[in-house]
Parts: sequence; C-alpha cells; structure tokens
Amino acid sequence: MIDYWPLLGIALVVVGFALRFNPLLVVAVAAIVTGLLGHMPFLKVLATLGHGFNENRYVSIIWIILPVIGLLERYGLQERARTLIAGIRGATTGRLLIVYLAFRQILSALGLTSVAGHAQTVRPLVAPMAVAAAEKQHGALDEETVEQVKAMSAATDNVGLFFGEDIFLAIASILLIQGSLASFGIELTPFQLSVWAIPTAICAFLIHGTRLLLLDRRLATVPRRRPGSRPKRTSGAVAPPAPRPSPGDKA
Amino acid sequence: MINLHWLYVLAGAVFAGFAIGSARDPTNSKHWGNAAFWLLLATSFWFGDFLGDVGNGVLVLALVAIAGLHLLGRGTSESTTPEEREHSSQRYGNKLFLPALIIPFTAFVGTLLFSYTPLKAFNLIDPKAVTLVLLGCGVIIAMVISYAWLRPPALTGIDEGSRLADAIGWAMVLPQMLASLGVIFAAAGVGTTIGAIVGAIIPQGSIFLAVLLYAIGMVSFTMIMGNAFAAFPVMAAAIGVPILIQADGGNPAVIGAVGMLAGFCGTLMTPMAANFNIVPAALLELKSQYGVIKVQVATAVPLLIANIAILYVAGFRL
Repeated sequence: MIDYWPLLGIALVVVGFALRFNPLLVVAVAAIVTGLLGHMPFLKVLATLGHGFNENRYVSIIWIILPVIGLLERYGLQERARTLIAGIRGATTGRLLIVYLAFRQILSALGLTSVAGHAQTVRPLVAPMAVAAAEKQHGALDEETVEQVKAMSAATDNVGLFFGEDIFLAIASILLIQGSLASFGIELTPFQLSVWAIPTAICAFLIHGTRLLLLDRRLATVPRRRPGSRPKRTSGAVAPPAPRPSPGDKA
Repeated sequence: MINLHWLYVLAGAVFAGFAIGSARDPTNSKHWGNAAFWLLLATSFWFGDFLGDVGNGVLVLALVAIAGLHLLGRGTSESTTPEEREHSSQRYGNKLFLPALIIPFTAFVGTLLFSYTPLKAFNLIDPKAVTLVLLGCGVIIAMVISYAWLRPPALTGIDEGSRLADAIGWAMVLPQMLASLGVIFAAAGVGTTIGAIVGAIIPQGSIFLAVLLYAIGMVSFTMIMGNAFAAFPVMAAAIGVPILIQADGGNPAVIGAVGMLAGFCGTLMTPMAANFNIVPAALLELKSQYGVIKVQVATAVPLLIANIAILYVAGFRL
C-alpha cells in the first residue's frame, strides 16, 4: 500500500508559492507537515531540517562577494559597463548575450562552473551591459523591457551553466548518474556519459541563441517613446534609485 | 589543508558585517530585523557544527519567523547619486573592471593550477572545494586592491555589502532551506511514492510513450524537488532502468545522460530551484520574483522536446 499523505507537502508548496506567502515560511511549513505526515516525531523533523540546513551552507558562500561588488558599484562599475558597451559598434543585447552564453557553456564544460554566475558576473557586468546595448539600439526603454532584458541576462547564465556542465567528466550530476546506474549493475565511465551531454548542449545553444536574436528583433520593433513624453529611465543601471518594498513584504 | 570550513569562517565574518551594516542604516525602518537575520546566519556559519541538529533546526525556525513576520526591510538611501557614480566611472575608467575580474580570474587560473599542475601534490586545498576556496581568495584579493586603490571610507565594504544583502533579503537563504526540504521529502518517502505512481502508469508496448513518460517524469519531479539530482535516482529506478534499458534495450549512456538533462529543463521552470530562478530576480531587483522563470520557459520547452528526440533516436535507433 503506497502512503500518499506525504505528497500533501508538495501541494502546500505549490499553493503557498502561488498565493505568494513568504517562501521561507512556505518551505518551513511544508517541511514540518511532510515530516509529520511521514510519521516522523516533531523533534526528528526539526533535527532533519537543521541538519540539512547546516550541511548545505556551502550554497550560501557565494555571498561573500557582495561587499566587493557593492564597493565597485559605488565607484561606478555598472556605469562603466554601460559606457563600454555603448562604445562598441554593432553591439546588441542579443549578440552580447550569445557571446556570454558561449563563454558560460565552454567554461562550464571545463568544470569552471563557479567562475561566472549571477552574483559574480550577471549583476555587476552582464545585465547592465545588456540593458545599455538595448538602450543604444532603441533609445530609452520602458520599465517592462528593462525587466525583460535583465531577466534574459539571468536566464542566459542558467542555460549556459546547465547545458555546459555535464560535458565535464567530474561534475556531480555525471557522478550521480554513474552511481545510480551502477547500483543496477550497469557500469559506465564518466566519459561515456558526458559525451551524450554534447548534443543537448548544441541544441541549447541553438534554441536559446535563436531566442536572443528574436529578442533583438523584437526590441527593434519596440516603438521609441513619443517626443515630448519623458522617458522613465535614462540611466538604467541595475540598482534603481527609488525605494521599493522589500520582497519580504509581499505576503 | 584549506577546506570549506575556512570559507565558513570567512562567510560568517561577512554576514556579521552585513548585520553591522544593516544595524547602521537609519533609513531602513526594520534595520534590527535585518541585523538579527544576518547575525543568525553568521552564527550558522561560525558555530553550526557545534549547535547540534535540533539547535540548527531552532536557528532555521528563527530565520523563518523573522522573514515570515515581515521584520525584514531595506533602506532608501543610495550611498552615491547616479551623477556621482557617473563622474567616478569616468574618473577611474575601464580599470574599474579589474577588481571585479580578479575574482573569476583567480578562480579560473587557480583551479587549473591546483588541478592540473604539480601544485596539486602539495594538498594545500581540499580537492572538493578548490574552486570555491579560490573564489574566496579572489574576493579577498579584490577587496584589498579596491581599498588600496580607491581609498574609500573604512566601513564602505560593510555598508555597500549590506545594502546589496538587504536588497536580496530572505531569498539569500531560500536555496539552503529548499535543500533541507529535499532532505525531509526524502526521509518521508516522497520519492518512493512518486516512483510507485509513475511505475503504475507505464504504457505497455510503446517505446516512444515510455521515453515520453520518463522525460516528463524527470521534468515534473525536478520541478517539485527543485533539482534534477533528487529526481534522477527515482525515475531511473521506476522507468529508466527496468523499462527503457532492460526491457526495451536502450543505450544506457543516453538514457542516463539525456534523462538528467531533460530534468535540467525542469530546473529552468520552477521556483523551487531558488538559487537559479528566485535569487537572481532579487539580485537584479526585478519587480516580479518569477521574472526569470517566465523568460526561461520558452527555452526550456523546445529544449525538452529536443531531449526527448535525442533520447528516442540516439537511445533506440542508432
């Protein structure tokens, strides 16, 4: 007899995220409910939660980069990234992000996954450059377009990472596949597996690259603001000067 | 040997710095909530190994309480005006990129040096943590150079760091929380249940439908768990090995590798993969916390179809 009750935790997560409760709260409640429905005593659930949190601290190490990035932003790093792109003839958002996609895939395929990333490269360099390139092509952008260009910069980083890293032999996911199949008596070398990451890597580059070129075309048809209407943003650096409610306030 | 624990000490110090910086920000009406949040994280990095599992659990609940009761906020003041930054950007020129590039460069060159040259034999750095340790070195080098060159006021690093940290807020610990949720899901038998459900609906006699179910199972379970790692062993045990490899004679390397990559398409589409999808939305200060996911769907779906085609053609027809 299969016990379906622990699946309620999944439903809680889906509903909680959909209703935009604070995600930390949603996850904690889902964890406790799932544990209790899985016949774990409360203290055991609490201990499992704490243990998992402690064991995964390495995920949050990347934030030690924030003081340097913040310091350089204070001295105009994002503005510099924009100036640089503005000075390159033929630079467009799509082309810039395609180059970044290729770099990210190749570096990840060499096992250098942490060299770039959202904190290391996207926020300080790639996103402001992409926005600047879009502004250069099309004049001042409306807020929605700025959002989309920034989101596309982050998406490009993810696609490059996910569909490059499995080409590297010693990456965790390849070792996991090898281990899982070995437990069924199917012996494979990492090389045999990572070779089969290449077709998908090529497809990812073609599909996402096409989308980036389409973004360029779509940006080209974004109507310039009517003369006389004041553009909302003239210096669309990533950090908006206006205050905004923190994400935590979005109950 | 330098291992992750050295980095935890450094990270603890940085989070303690965020706490000081947040506490010092008078424009943030909730600055004590932020300071407490970052201080708890500093505690986790410094003393997590001594708190015991229940102690860490209580720490997690405290973090959740601060975020859930909306005690986190952010300041309104920018340290410099856009004009000042523009002026400073012109003054320092493209050299401003150098400290920022030192970090990836140190990680890149260092990883190569410590992985492929005789330096490896000295065992200076734990092989499992090489890139992260070198990233940490890069951060320290970049910080020292920036201070020596730009000569900012002493606490600038702390203030600017906490400005960014406050902007990201609770999203910073969501990936760690989700990893813990994954541990609970596994302990409560969620994976076994899902494997059993999928195993019960396997279509008979059609290789293509079995491939389809395998790929879609990987995507859905990855979306639930937030990463393909948890999904793969379950789907391999339910369909991949018994049906696709053993019964239908598919190429095991293709079924394994491309099955995992089909799961990665799911990672692009789920808020549960917070460090890839939710954190960047906060880091780039997007209005919608799902902004990154929304643009990724149109890449993930065609790529999933491509993966299904590769699974079918390369797994069974080549």
